[in-house]
This record gives sequence, C-alpha cells and structure tokens, in this order.
Amino acid sequence: MTAKYLFILLSPLLLATGCSKDEAEPPPGDPAKGKALIRDYGCGSCHAIPGIPGADGRTGPSLERIARRVYLAGVLPNTPSDMMRWIRAPEAIDPRTAMPNMGVSESDAHDITAYLYTLK
Amino acid sequence: MSLKKVYRKTGWLGAVVLLLTACEGSQSALDPAGSAAELIARLWWPTLFVATLVTLLVLTLLAVAVFRAHKKHAELPLSVRQSRNLVIAGGIILPLAATIPFALSSFSIGRTIHAPLPDDALTVEVIGKQWWWEVHYLDEAGDRIATTANEIHIPVDEPIRFLLSSDNVIHSFWVPNLQGKTDMIPGRTNLTSMTADEPGVYRGQCAEYCGTQHALMAFLLVAEAPEAFDDWLAHQRQPAREPATDAQARGREVFLEAECADCHTIRGTPADGEDGPDLTHIASRQTLAGATVPNRIGHLGGWITDPQHIKPGNKMPPSELSPEELQTLLGYLESLE
Repeated sequence: MTAKYLFILLSPLLLATGCSKDEAEPPPGDPAKGKALIRDYGCGSCHAIPGIPGADGRTGPSLERIARRVYLAGVLPNTPSDMMRWIRAPEAIDPRTAMPNMGVSESDAHDITAYLYTLK
Repeated sequence: MSLKKVYRKTGWLGAVVLLLTACEGSQSALDPAGSAAELIARLWWPTLFVATLVTLLVLTLLAVAVFRAHKKHAELPLSVRQSRNLVIAGGIILPLAATIPFALSSFSIGRTIHAPLPDDALTVEVIGKQWWWEVHYLDEAGDRIATTANEIHIPVDEPIRFLLSSDNVIHSFWVPNLQGKTDMIPGRTNLTSMTADEPGVYRGQCAEYCGTQHALMAFLLVAEAPEAFDDWLAHQRQPAREPATDAQARGREVFLEAECADCHTIRGTPADGEDGPDLTHIASRQTLAGATVPNRIGHLGGWITDPQHIKPGNKMPPSELSPEELQTLLGYLESLE
C-alpha cells in the first residue's frame, strides 16, 4: 500500500525530471536559417529531409523524425551537441562513415541542428 | 502566395504585377544585359502592346455583336457594301498594318544581330549533349586551347563568337539576357554572337526539347572584366594540379580505377574519356550536372553515388564505392580548382 501511494505521490516529480533535460540543452540556433543552409550545403542530395524542397536523396538515411531518434549514425546519443559534432566532422566520430566533412561552421551547425530538431 | 490568392486580394492588377516581376532576373529576355538582347526586348514590348490592343478590339467587337442581337435594331442588317468594307478593314488592312511593321523590324534586328564579327573576336565552341554543354575555347587558328563544361566565361564589352553544334539530337543555345536562341543541329555548325555590357552571372537554358532532362539542361554564363577573364582562361588551359596530400593521391587512384576515367577527362592524368564533362578544373565551377545543383561537396557526394535520382535518365551510372573510396575521391575532386 505505502509503496503504491509513494509512487503516485512521486510520479509528477518523475515527469518533471523528464522536462529538465530539454531545458538544460535547448536546440540552439535559428530553424529558418537552418532550412536555407541545408539547401546550400546540399544535404538533400543524400538524405530525404521533410520540408526541404528537392531533398529526397537515397544515398544516406532519411532524416524524417530525426528529433525522435535515439542514436545518431548508430554511434552517438541523439543530443543537440552531438548532432552538431556529427554535422561538423562526421569522420572524426566514425572514421568509416561515407558522409563527407562539408566544412560546416559552428554557427551554421547550430542553425541546421535547430531545423533538424523541428522534425518530430 | 498563390496567384489565385493574389487575384482575390488585389484583383487583376496585383496578379499582373506579380507576373511582371518575373521579367527581372538572371534568365529573362526582358532584363537585357547586352546589345542583341536589348534589340530583341525593344521589339518584344511593342509586339505585346499591339497584340493586346488587337485582342481587346476583337473582344469588344464580339461583345457588340452579341449584345446587338438582343436589341431591336438587330433586325436592320448591314448592307452588302457595309459588310464588304468591314471584311476589307478587319480582315485585310488591320492584320497587315499590325504585322508588316513587326516583320520589317524583325528582319532589320536579325541583320544587326548577325552582322559579321571582327576576325580576331574570341571564339567559343559549344556542343550540345544530353543533357549538358561541352565548351571549348579556340585560338585564332581555330585549335582548342581549353575545355570545360556547363559554365562559360566571357569578357564584358567584347563581341564573342559562338560556334554551335550537336552530336546527338537538336538543342538550342539560349542566354535570354544576352542573345536570341540559336539551334544546335547535328551535322552542321551554327553561328551566334553576344556582347555583355555588364558583368554578371546569367543562366543559359536549352530551348529545344531534347529528351527527359531537357528542363535540367542549363549552364551559367559568367561575364567578367577582361583581366579576370584572361586569368580564368589561362587557368583553364593548365592541366589539373597534382594531389597535395596522400588522401588526394588515393582519391586520384580511385578515380582512375573506378571507371570514372572511361567517360571523363582530367588533363594531366591518364583519364581521357570523352563521353562526360571534362573535370580538369571541376572545383572551379559553380554548379554540377548542367547547373542542376550547386557545386558543394554534399551535392557532389550525392551526385556520384546516386546520379540517377538527382537527374533520372542521364548517362552517368551510379558508382559502387566503399565509404573510404568515396571520401578520398571527393577530397581529390574538391582539390581540382
């Protein structure tokens, strides 16, 4: 009995901890700029990316609902900072990847990441 | 905003204004940047004006005829003489008056545009391919001195001669801001010329349906200061630069081993294929695949691995490269400035 009440009492707390992670690491950057940058860098030649005209590539994985993925490229936890690391230097994280280093600047990676996290 | 919404909000005027904004830009005959295009635009506007007047006149007469039938004097038919005069005025005099001046100015503009060029004018040979443009620069003896693709540079304020041909189907060479379209016909060489008055990057487009990817058969025409052009041409004449790193050297090996060289030339290497674009200075170009996508490493990677998805039906097969081979190949091609 006590355990059950304790659980009911504590469950809002448990839910609240689920919120804190998002608050600690909010998606940085400007999604609208990110959208334009994704076109400029040519991400869509290899990836299907919802919302980007012409981005229907088949070489790499689709980025549909990428914000909901648990892992990035199968090797990183899916967090904004890891997403940025992957975008900027994929070969530094996985030397066997086919994804090229596109010379993305830090601020561009911020914006691209912001757009990708709108894909829920 | 859709055209329909514009119409609902602002009426016809808004929609017309929106259509006219399409007149400006890097691929518009109504935004001339050279003398030939200027003359063509000067003929186009009066043609639109007169054609609009004639259309309005005819529609008004039609409306008069329709409403006349509902009125009493409809029972008073025109006399034979009146009918005859109406046919002569509307069927003979009006069409001739409307078309003869245009025919004459069209002939006269054609003569001006196709006036012979000085013998020492820069000559560029352009060959229409399915679906891209092979470009050669010729010296005064007519020998090819530099080869590129899908991007033509010219100096401003100089008349340039273009020799146009095709070895497959009929294409048409057209830089709307600079000259009138000229067909490229297998078995013959057509001549056109252009002079750019202002530096700029203009878009050229195939103007004769030539197969599946006709719409994506485009190129850039870069008009620049004569000194900048001379530097560019001198650079394009050079063979490809040697790999600067081990990774680039490995990329060149991949290029030569992976059958890329069967179709592409990189001057200064054993790669001498002639079916596809010359890649000696590919990194110096602004676009890829006939101005289909910008020349960025992301697009280049997607193009090499899956060209049939980006431009279905084109002659480039997909490459089966390991990720490591793709990475080094991209690094090498990016170094070919």
